[in-house]
Amino acid sequence: MDQYIDIKVRVWRQAGPKAQGHFETYELKHVFQGASFLEMIDILNEQLVEQHKDPVTYDHDCREGICGMCSMYVNGHPHGPDSAITTCQLHMRKFHDGETITVEPWRSRAFPVIKDLMVDRGAYDKIMQAGGFVSVNTGGVPDANAIPIPKPVADEAMDAASCIGCGACAAACKNGSAMLFVAAKVSQLALLPQGKIEGAARAKAMVAKMDELGFGNCTNTGACAAECPKSVSLANIARLNREFLCAKFKD
Amino acid sequence: MWLKDSSIGRKFIMSLTGMALIFFLLFHGTMNLVVVFSEDAYNAICQFLGANWYALVGTLGLAFLIFVHFSYALYLTFQNRAARGNDRYAVRGKKEGVDWESENMLVLGFCVLGFLLLHLYNFWFKMQLAEITNGATAPEELATNGAYYVKALFTTGGCGIAYCCLYLVWLSALWLHLRHGAWSALHTLGWNNLKWMKRIKVLGVIIATLTVLPFAIVVLYYLGMNIGIY
Repeated sequence: MDQYIDIKVRVWRQAGPKAQGHFETYELKHVFQGASFLEMIDILNEQLVEQHKDPVTYDHDCREGICGMCSMYVNGHPHGPDSAITTCQLHMRKFHDGETITVEPWRSRAFPVIKDLMVDRGAYDKIMQAGGFVSVNTGGVPDANAIPIPKPVADEAMDAASCIGCGACAAACKNGSAMLFVAAKVSQLALLPQGKIEGAARAKAMVAKMDELGFGNCTNTGACAAECPKSVSLANIARLNREFLCAKFKD
Repeated sequence: MWLKDSSIGRKFIMSLTGMALIFFLLFHGTMNLVVVFSEDAYNAICQFLGANWYALVGTLGLAFLIFVHFSYALYLTFQNRAARGNDRYAVRGKKEGVDWESENMLVLGFCVLGFLLLHLYNFWFKMQLAEITNGATAPEELATNGAYYVKALFTTGGCGIAYCCLYLVWLSALWLHLRHGAWSALHTLGWNNLKWMKRIKVLGVIIATLTVLPFAIVVLYYLGMNIGIY
């Protein structure tokens, strides 16, 4: 049964990108366990506004786990201690009475902090712009059966496409590597006949952009896949390696 | 050059040099195992390799592989630390399915390298180098008597027991390093998919065990001899 709990929230406060950040601890009384984690932050912010203090800045949008905007490192885990969910799907029943909850922003050189818990994830957009698309003019919609695709392949492409680009992979990785994100974005197209044609150029362009933006080198620890809110598989990274190496050897 | 400038290129180099070193270790370990069965046969292998031109070329090749593998490891670690940014996480939760060794490959690498230097002093210094320098580092007539040196190292009293333990610690570090390294090398080359993920990890443990076991058997054999079991 969900109950009312008293908690302490230890939040990273940083006034701006260049400012020195620090932790601040706030006490919250009578928080319902049925509340979502973001609702708890909203309650905290109401309290802060009433006290004429600066509320905690954080990213959020859909609050149903599909937009990839929420990005909090809760108690040492991106998107909190639950598995295969985003922060907005995390509920207070995962925490107990009297607990101190530590909330940090994504920490990665390529995701600079804008304010408090909000980071700039434009780096992922730049990687997408480098090649994460199929460059054909859209014409009339072809018949769905015109290009037969085996079901397992379609499923795997769909699973890769479930990546919402939240940045949890790079945030969880001890190397600050964005390989799982790039691998998912390369895989979702490389698996399908429409995307295969530009596969080599795409893999090269996206990896080059990823390296240029200052992400680290993947060492296959698997922390990314373990923390991914969409359970994107590590096997995609092998596919990206394969695509990239084959493209380079063809050159 | 993409092998230096791209992240996957750098990992490709780590993978290739790592696998080449695993092959060397398999070769080395198999030859070591011979000493348990016949010291004469083992010395014949020492004689055969010794300081012949092909053994010297092999040694230089190995030194090059280790140099590349290690300098890339330092380079990658340096870059990866920089990629994390200036502020570290205050709390780091245990990530399910992430092995300790996969996050500590550099530490394990340093362990392996440290012991490697000791190992070179114990054997290479007294054998191949003695032969090259015409006995400047150790008596030349013993240079191809590998069995003598193995026995001398592991079976001389308390010092021998200490060496046995040191070598076993070294081999454990190597096993952990390979347990992640072996499957990771295949994964980096792209030889993996959803179906093979589990198989390849099991394969990694098998490769690591097969690589380390022959060395461990030799050490345990002489440890047993030292403490007088047989």
